[in-house]
Amino acid sequence: MELDYQKLGLKVGLEFHQMLDTKGKLFCSCPTKISKEKASLKLLRYLRPAQSELGEVDPAAQFEYERKRTFIYEYSPQWACLVELDEEPPHDLDREALRIALTIALMLGSKPVDEVQVMRKIVIDGSNTTGFQRTALIAIGGSIRVDGKEIPIQTICLEEDAARIIDVRGDLVNYRLDRLGIPLIEIATAPVINSPEEAELVALRIGQLLRITGMVKRGLGTIRQDLNVSIKEGAKIEIKGVQKLELISKVIKYEVLRQYNLLKIRDELRKRGINKEDLEENIVDVTEHFQDTNCRVIKKVLKRNGRVLAIKLKGFKGLLGLEIQPKRRFGTELADYARAWTGIGGIFHSDELPAYGITEEEVLKVNKALDLEEYDAFVLIAGPPERCRRALEIILERAKAALNGVPEETRGPNPDGTTHYTRPRPGAARMYPETDIRPVRITKEMLEEIKSKLPEPPEKKYERFIKEYRLGEELARKMLRSYYLDLFERIVEECRVSPRLVASVLEDVMKGLRREGVPVEELEDKTIVDVFKALSEGKMSKEAIPEVLRYLAENRDKGVEDALRDLGVKVLSLEELDKIILRILQENTDLIKRKRERAFSPLMGLIMREVRGKVDGRIVSERLKEKLSEILSQL
Amino acid sequence: MEEVGFYSDKVIRLLEELRINVFDIIRVRRVDGLEVEGLLLPRPQYGDPDVLIIKLKNGYNIGVSVDQIEYIKKIGTHLHKPSPRKIIHKPVTEKRVFIVGTGGTIASRIDYMTGAVYPKFSPEDIYELIPEIREIATIETIQLYNIFSEDMTPENWSKIAELVAELLQSDIEGVVIAHGTDTMGYTAAALSFALCNLNSPVILVGAQRSSDRPSTDTALNLISSLVVATKAPFAEVVITMHASVEDNYAVVHRGTRARKMHTSRRDAFRSINSPPLAIVKDRELKLLVDEYKPRGGEGPLLINKFDDKVALIKFYPGMDPELIDILVDKGYHGIVIEGTGLGHVRGPLVKSIERGVEEGIAVVMASQCIWGRVNLNVYRRGVELLRAGVIPVGDMLAETAFVKLMWVLAQTRDLKEVRKKMLTCYAYEISERSLYEYYPPVLHFAP
Repeated sequence: MELDYQKLGLKVGLEFHQMLDTKGKLFCSCPTKISKEKASLKLLRYLRPAQSELGEVDPAAQFEYERKRTFIYEYSPQWACLVELDEEPPHDLDREALRIALTIALMLGSKPVDEVQVMRKIVIDGSNTTGFQRTALIAIGGSIRVDGKEIPIQTICLEEDAARIIDVRGDLVNYRLDRLGIPLIEIATAPVINSPEEAELVALRIGQLLRITGMVKRGLGTIRQDLNVSIKEGAKIEIKGVQKLELISKVIKYEVLRQYNLLKIRDELRKRGINKEDLEENIVDVTEHFQDTNCRVIKKVLKRNGRVLAIKLKGFKGLLGLEIQPKRRFGTELADYARAWTGIGGIFHSDELPAYGITEEEVLKVNKALDLEEYDAFVLIAGPPERCRRALEIILERAKAALNGVPEETRGPNPDGTTHYTRPRPGAARMYPETDIRPVRITKEMLEEIKSKLPEPPEKKYERFIKEYRLGEELARKMLRSYYLDLFERIVEECRVSPRLVASVLEDVMKGLRREGVPVEELEDKTIVDVFKALSEGKMSKEAIPEVLRYLAENRDKGVEDALRDLGVKVLSLEELDKIILRILQENTDLIKRKRERAFSPLMGLIMREVRGKVDGRIVSERLKEKLSEILSQL
Repeated sequence: MEEVGFYSDKVIRLLEELRINVFDIIRVRRVDGLEVEGLLLPRPQYGDPDVLIIKLKNGYNIGVSVDQIEYIKKIGTHLHKPSPRKIIHKPVTEKRVFIVGTGGTIASRIDYMTGAVYPKFSPEDIYELIPEIREIATIETIQLYNIFSEDMTPENWSKIAELVAELLQSDIEGVVIAHGTDTMGYTAAALSFALCNLNSPVILVGAQRSSDRPSTDTALNLISSLVVATKAPFAEVVITMHASVEDNYAVVHRGTRARKMHTSRRDAFRSINSPPLAIVKDRELKLLVDEYKPRGGEGPLLINKFDDKVALIKFYPGMDPELIDILVDKGYHGIVIEGTGLGHVRGPLVKSIERGVEEGIAVVMASQCIWGRVNLNVYRRGVELLRAGVIPVGDMLAETAFVKLMWVLAQTRDLKEVRKKMLTCYAYEISERSLYEYYPPVLHFAP
């Protein structure tokens, strides 16, 4: 279905999170690298919500606390120290990170604050050992131009990244501390984006600007976008952690669709005359009707002395089965809530029954037990009775919220672009000062110095790529958008190779290899630089580049020398090359006499047929030109 | 104007002129066009006093320099209105335990509007922060002091001991003392000597991560302390803190043997030259020693005088003997020296020590090695020190020796008597056996 976003009043704000490529973490000197190595220590912790003086506990914090989870943190001296373990106070705010953040702020025309104050933002899902994320507002305002439209920037913050979740087993959540503390810059745009496509363009443009600084990290997981999406009469929904750029427009499309459908459900409920009072808490134990059930889920629960509880949802018949996002029904939404709050599975609703081994007869019995009327629906949960009861209470609350349309919440993206409920939206009441870290005064001198060294803006870079590097318009544009933009410039600066060649390797060759399933993202920058160095030193020919890169991506512990040896990449010495050239010239004296200078091309072809892959064509051409003119002058 | 904190005079004058108070909502425009609205906060002791701290609606604090301000205007004010507690939590056990506060916070609430952290110490506040406690004990609280632990003095120790002795007259299971961790070891040693014949345990507890943080170690430490208070078979002065960097169990150290061995870790406290008394896990106590002073003694005998004319000094290479002379001339009654190795100081100091002893000053030798016992018989220097009249205190911690010397000197100045008392074991502070297990291994993993 095509939706008219303008008519729906779509408003999207982007929150862009990008890892900075600093030497140390934001509040300690640990390396800023994600590691695959085994942890040397795992430790167990709990978190408790901090009490607020206003007597209110933050809804998101309450949600986490209710789950009563145990956190296991994976530690290794390779990637963490006592600071990440919350066993030592944080060190000073990393000045390199602050510099980068200020650089980006100035590039966006954002206005830095005079003194940076580090805050603690309460987050007790365990992703921070402290129970809060340290974050500081660096600059306010500014804008970025996308397709002629000015997109205002609201705030630019510097914050520590959270620990990486490794797995969840029931109430046990396993985190790894390598990512915790890596500096992130957070750029929030105003909610002025009006279409999914525009959102993607804005993200692309901000990503490009960040890469131009050459001070940010590259690779999967180094960029994460949060999307704030709302439509008229809908609600502000925060979708957190979209990692892939290509997914942004899809996620927004599906979210609009979801809000649109939730509003339709609201209208239908209103039409049916349902109000809050109709949705009462009448949870009924229907275990007796499932004693001989064929439903495997329920059977398993009953064997463990669990119960089957059901609740009536008055007026919801047909609505639970309504698809609100591709392959996600309103019933899925209710199940998400129950699962997120209580960790319970085994949820069924009347719109999908009979199925899953539950018979028509059993459905009728539940209908009777709940006193169901024509337009009513029910939800059924099997499991430990206390949890089931709590889950049904949560489901009832969510059903009540449907009467008002779209409840405010935080959602997470699924791989297909749909989203699932993760937790309630945190209130504003969750920030207080980090008293362990002194504020940082931002002086005029500091800003002047940064201003004098601002990275080249994209337009200038484009011109230079064409003029100096002779990339051609298309390749220049491609390079400017490239993931490897900073690496491209580094190689061109450090190695004596043609910029065109570098560009086409980084764009086309890499893309080709990735398509073949070669893990090119595993390649470290230094390795790629080494390949071009080997090329410029005549140790290999450009034809061998794809094979060498493939080898290095698949053998991360090997270097370029190993690749050349193992792949048998042979290079001809200049002497050997000269010998071949001379021989071919001698064999073709007639041709030379006849065609003089124009004999070059056919001769080049003959020589390349013998030396292809063993020596760079550029060198062959140089030597041939020299030798040919020598012979011609003697003729 | 109230509570402006540490803003410069320039800022204070400007604010007075404009009739702006802290906690007013203001709008500020900077000369470069930046405009923000938010709550004006007081300036803490640190940072640039010319920079206003403003809390924005999004929760962030930012600093705006008054030198850059084009205009500033009051647009409202914030009233601090703590809301009444909604649920009253009631304990579900009859067991009574007193909690004495001396500083730091066991419970606190954050005012997110201003970012201020308010300490809370009522039983209800504590039940609210740590609901499990209601199943362990009915608590009553007394805030005796509110001072940093580094500001604690021997006079404070005496007062704490007096209060504890008084509390232990009533029908309670034990007393828990909340104390800053820096000098907790000293206070624990002082109470160990001052409270003789205890009838119930006295537990000192602290936190290495403050109670306003979700990751605070207060919860496990306090729960474990209350388990000790209600379930321990012993009646001694102990310290109960995290056993490791994990939140799974706590360890109970003897007050005379515990030392803060790490600046920041949760498991900063270690028992030195002695095993810990017990561990507490899953609200159960497991004893680690066979010998202890059992519960049910006749009740505390209070000997809570401390002579504050005692110095604790650490010997270092090249130390000027005058430092000893000064103490002697200043009329000090006792000196505890942390000597090197088995208990040594450089030659020139021996004479000064000798003179001190001749003038009736008690000179006690402990070791700066921390682990192990002093022995002045092995090397010649030791023999010289013995001859000079130094009292070597075996495997006693230097800090404990210091506290004990203050306690002993308050009872007698007779050096023979002092020596006898210093070497008498009152609270497991000194022992004859050093076991292999007391000293931690060098490596986490054997090669």
